Amino acid sequence: MKEIPLEHILFVSTALFFIGIYGLFTRRNLITMLMSVELILNSVNINFIAFNKYLYPEKMDGIFFTLFIIAIAAAEAAVAIAIIINLYRNLNSIDVEQTDEMKY
Amino acid sequence: MMSASAVIFYILSVFILATGLLAVTTGKIFRSAIWLLFSLTGIAGLYFWLQMEFIAAVQVVVYVGGIVVLIIFSIFLTQRSGKELPAPLRGRAILSALAVCAGFLLTYPLIGRYHFKTRGSANHVMDASVGNIGMQLLGTSEHGYLLPFEVISILLLAAMIGCIVIAYKSKPGDK
Repeated sequence: MKEIPLEHILFVSTALFFIGIYGLFTRRNLITMLMSVELILNSVNINFIAFNKYLYPEKMDGIFFTLFIIAIAAAEAAVAIAIIINLYRNLNSIDVEQTDEMKY
Repeated sequence: MMSASAVIFYILSVFILATGLLAVTTGKIFRSAIWLLFSLTGIAGLYFWLQMEFIAAVQVVVYVGGIVVLIIFSIFLTQRSGKELPAPLRGRAILSALAVCAGFLLTYPLIGRYHFKTRGSANHVMDASVGNIGMQLLGTSEHGYLLPFEVISILLLAAMIGCIVIAYKSKPGDK
């Protein structure tokens, strides 16, 4: 495992982060935007695990941060989907262009 | 000649990035969710490759088994799953692609130029067994994480109650 340099793992996580950003920029549907956010959070998790494994193998803080991020992502997804379903019930659409009730 | 471990890493990386890219570009929302599922499974495989079995198991259980299923349920509740999503405006897609490429080209050379002092695994063998993680996660000693753990449990409770309150169907009479 150690013959792979850390930079290659960071390449994967950086690329995944920017793929998520691209999805967040181009998608106009709340559920697909939520999926992009999940990709971004996962790229951060890969970073934490790789740094923990390669730079500080005697500690475990990266593991704990990853576990906390996964827990918060689960809570965030649940709340976001509750909001999306409520929005759909009221507006009959989950397109971000039409969710402008609180804008003016 | 690459070793089998390196080959597995590069296959996993290509798989994660390709399915992630498909998840954000495909035109049908249900397919997008399935590509996201594949990408998250690939990341779980990457954790297995890094010998973090517990994190990989948590990834499979929480993300693949929980969040993606939740997303698929919400797709079924809010729209017809086979429906074609409107394609992003061409100008917006090109601009976002440019912005993303610029960000990547700005970030990755910085990472590549910073020489990480990777420490050898000879003197420190990482012990990421479940018992060890549990002892330190719930420990009150110097590097214990008991307080964040309790805060997270309160956060999860608050999120659960918040979900129920938000999604609760009010009676047609009271507004």
